[in-house]
Order: sequence, then structure tokens, then C-alpha cells
Amino acid sequence: MASQPARRRRLEVEDIGDIAVVNFVDKKILDEQNIQMIGDDLFRLVDELGRRKVLLNFGNVDFMSSAALGKLITLHRKLQGVQGKLVLCKIAKDILDVFRITKLDKILTITPDEQAGLQAF
Amino acid sequence: MSDTSFSADVTIPSDLSEARLIQDRIEEALQSSAYGERDIFAIKLAVEEALVNAIKHGNQMDPDKQVHVSYQITAERFDVRITDEGPGFNPEDVPDPTEDDNIERPCGRGLLLIRGFMTDVQYHGRGNVVSMYKLRNGQEEY
Repeated sequence: MASQPARRRRLEVEDIGDIAVVNFVDKKILDEQNIQMIGDDLFRLVDELGRRKVLLNFGNVDFMSSAALGKLITLHRKLQGVQGKLVLCKIAKDILDVFRITKLDKILTITPDEQAGLQAF
Repeated sequence: MSDTSFSADVTIPSDLSEARLIQDRIEEALQSSAYGERDIFAIKLAVEEALVNAIKHGNQMDPDKQVHVSYQITAERFDVRITDEGPGFNPEDVPDPTEDDNIERPCGRGLLLIRGFMTDVQYHGRGNVVSMYKLRNGQEEY
């Protein structure tokens, strides 16, 4: 546990048609350094790899703090800026409360599962 | 229902990894007290947000400053008080992140989540002390 967080893979990206489906490797999206790297990887999908449709699958995530929300909003805005779209899916009930309390469920597209997420583009 | 209770008083440096260790201890204690997953999630999230606020915004990550955490778990409720050594703040001054003008701002949601997940939250002194509690199996609608 005392080891330094290395530059390891934090996201798994799968292409389904023109949609980049992103799964999180970590169950907890917490630590600031970790969130920074996740953000960098997500932004790279849009800025460098030119993806315009991004589906984030939260199926593996069981804890997330407000620090991660900022990255999601920035990603949402980036995609809006290039006529793209961000969709979130498979968010655990507790984490869904995080989106509800902050009212981000009103500006982000959230679907119950990946299939519905793919159809939301 | 068991009437076992658990309390601790801990002082940590302004280090987020130390905050994680406290989180783990609180989670274990809540599990030992048979709190449900939903309550545990809510408490973990609120404590996480409050500790990050204390370390980052209160103590400005200053390694010479400390954060004091005292908490108590009973069969009915979880109480925690977190004190930092920073200048404090007025919670009223924090912009509402759910307002249309602020909703897309990438930060400022910690306080909102603390209020949303806990039963009650109070700030004391110059704003460098927060105390909050959550009733077990709270029926509050988030």
C-alpha cells in the first residue's frame, strides 16, 4: 500500500462502432492524483484521439467523491464543444445519489445499462 | 439491537493518505456495528469530503498543520467532529453549485454532498470546525 502510484492503466477503452466505451479499472475513484490521471486519459480520448461519442460504464465503481465530478463536467463540456456526446451508464444506486444531490443528473445523460447507453447517442 | 458504541479521537497531519486510513477505520467500525451499506456509503462520502476540505482548503496541505477527528458510533447514530488549523470560512459564502450559473463549474460540490448525505451538519467557530451526524437507517430522501 505504501508504494507510489505508478502510471498504470486506469481505464479500459473498447470501441463499439464509433462509440468509445470506457470502463474504470478502480473500484474507488477517490485519490486526487488518481483522478487527475483518469481525467487526463479521458480528455486525451477527445483532444488527441478525436473521439466524439464517449460512454462511461460505472459498473465496476463502488465509491466516488466530488473530486471526480469536476472531470466528468469538463469532459461533458469538451464533447459538447465538438458536437460530441457523453453518456454515463451502470451507476450504482449510492453513487447515483451523488449525481442527484448535485443535480448533475439534469445535465448529464445517465442510462441504467450499457445497451441503453449505446442507444442514447 | 446492540448498544455497543465505539469512539475515537485522532490527530493526523495534513496528508490525504492519512485521511484514507481514518476512513478505513471508520468503515470497519461501522461494519462491526452492523450499519447497512447505504449508511456506510453516506458516512464515508461525507467524511471524505470534510477531510479533503480540512486538509486542502483549511490547512492548505501545510505539513505543519494538523487535523483533529473525533467520532462516535452507537447503535442509533454516527457523530463526527473535524477541526482544522486553517483560517476557517463562512459556508454561506460558498456558491450554490446547483444554480444554473454554477452547475457546470468543475468544483464546489463537497459541502452540498455532506449536507445531502448527513442528517445534520453544523460549522463552528471561525468555520474551521465541522460537526455532523447521521441517524442509522436514516429515512431522509436524498
